[in-house]
Amino acid sequence: MTNQSLQELIGSWFPNPEAEKDSDVVDVAENEEGSEDISTTQEPINPSLLVFSEEGSQFLNIIVQPEQLHSLMAQLKSNPDSQFDYLFCLSGVDWGAELGVVYHLESTTHRHSIVVKVKTPDRENPTLDSVYDIWMTAEFLEREVYDFFGITFNNHPNLKRLFLTDEWEGFPLRKDYVDEINMVIK
Amino acid sequence: MEETIVETNFKSEEYFINMGPQHPATHGVLRLLLTIDGEIIKKVEPDLGYIHRSIEKMCERDSYQQIVHLTDRMDYLSSNINNEAVCLAVENALQLEVPDRVKVIRTIIGELTRISSHCLWWGVMGMDVGALTTYFYGFRDREMINDIFEETCGARLTMNYNVPGGLMFDIHPNFIKRVKDFIVHFKTKIPEYDRLLTGNVIFHKRTKGVGVLTKEDAISFGASGPVGRASGYSCDVRKHRPYSALDKVTFNEAIKTDGDTFARYEVRIQEMWESLSIIEQLIDNIPEGEYRVATNAVIKLPKGEFYQRVETARGELGVYIISTGTKNPYRLKFRSPGFSNLSLLNHIAVGGKIGDLVATMATLDLVIPDIDR
Repeated sequence: MTNQSLQELIGSWFPNPEAEKDSDVVDVAENEEGSEDISTTQEPINPSLLVFSEEGSQFLNIIVQPEQLHSLMAQLKSNPDSQFDYLFCLSGVDWGAELGVVYHLESTTHRHSIVVKVKTPDRENPTLDSVYDIWMTAEFLEREVYDFFGITFNNHPNLKRLFLTDEWEGFPLRKDYVDEINMVIK
Repeated sequence: MEETIVETNFKSEEYFINMGPQHPATHGVLRLLLTIDGEIIKKVEPDLGYIHRSIEKMCERDSYQQIVHLTDRMDYLSSNINNEAVCLAVENALQLEVPDRVKVIRTIIGELTRISSHCLWWGVMGMDVGALTTYFYGFRDREMINDIFEETCGARLTMNYNVPGGLMFDIHPNFIKRVKDFIVHFKTKIPEYDRLLTGNVIFHKRTKGVGVLTKEDAISFGASGPVGRASGYSCDVRKHRPYSALDKVTFNEAIKTDGDTFARYEVRIQEMWESLSIIEQLIDNIPEGEYRVATNAVIKLPKGEFYQRVETARGELGVYIISTGTKNPYRLKFRSPGFSNLSLLNHIAVGGKIGDLVATMATLDLVIPDIDR
């Protein structure tokens, strides 16, 4: 599936409130909590929930709000037209003001790929939903992100430090991490 | 067999046992916390980080040329393919077309690396299940490849032969002859491997039906490389997203459907044949030309995100670069094949015996620095 048709497909699952009037909402039944959230909170604060972009990347990028993350991911995996069953990369990223996670997905049936990004501005206590129940590989990958970025994942079965010891202070891959002994700054 | 129940006063209870961090079957510094009932494994929990160097953090400080040198400290048995992955990512970001000569040499050396890695794996696989001879046979043939590498670039293991833009040096004048000699030699050795281990009844009993991984689970756990392919899951990056000269060659993707330890063994044996075939197709047709195109001394990638996927001997390696336009990456993530393959160990080892765990781990082919990046 091309990026353009992927974008149309995914956009149809989460219609934004303004476009909802003139777009055909095909699969309302499948939009579990996702669509309810949108329909109940029809406020101008939420102009567009999904941001699509292809700029500066070889993949189609979607930026999703943390509340929408899990329902979007479940749809991406289960919908027969997308079938993103292979999570081949899960990276934590510190964007400065925001922390977040980048998911690289591929479909082993259709052989198309997509990138989903989720960002949270809360640096003190960042929390996102786990996708462990969708892709089992996420269990270890999310533990790694927790270890190095301090992002906690809701519903994760075993969220604790993976590489570092439990007593370790701070999260080393954050940009503001300081360690005068172990880090060589040039 | 009829089960007899004997009433005894013995109590059965679960207990913990440590496997590693210094255990010969883990091939490195990996500690497994095993929960065991008798000899039946109830849970396997890996304890990682003994040799974590935080290569990803170091990359944020280093230039792109320097990063190449860090990558062969990850999966040191696929060092050349790791180097290639970073070089390809940088070249794609710069939209730099490397000469055909470079592509062909990279592919040949990549496949030699794969054979070398599989030779070592085959040797220690036999050793793990109790056949010490295989170790010496595997190392004997690997030695020939290491000699070729040494003559080519001076290093036997951590090669650093690739640089962004091409290769560090041209190939040695003896290179083609020695590779051809190796092909002739190794074609007589894989049947020897088969006679020694593949057809061995004891080996079959240790491996068949052990550590079964279904296709659905393989995909869900992000398994790649021979582990994924042994479960019937077509995941060869060389086939699906060919890089360097791999689009010019024909080869079969080794796929088995049993998903057990023996299937993973068979896939790797077949991969050695396929790698030999790839090298044979290319070795007589190395194009003339430059071995490197000039890049700026300070490489600055354009602003954006770049992802490069390659197939190492262990599976899919991903290099994810986020660049802000400076001479260092803003964030660099390595998606390592060993990490995902380790994460499924608990899933396939539960219910088996400790001996089965050792055989299973041998065919996952874990390289610990690849996991502890």
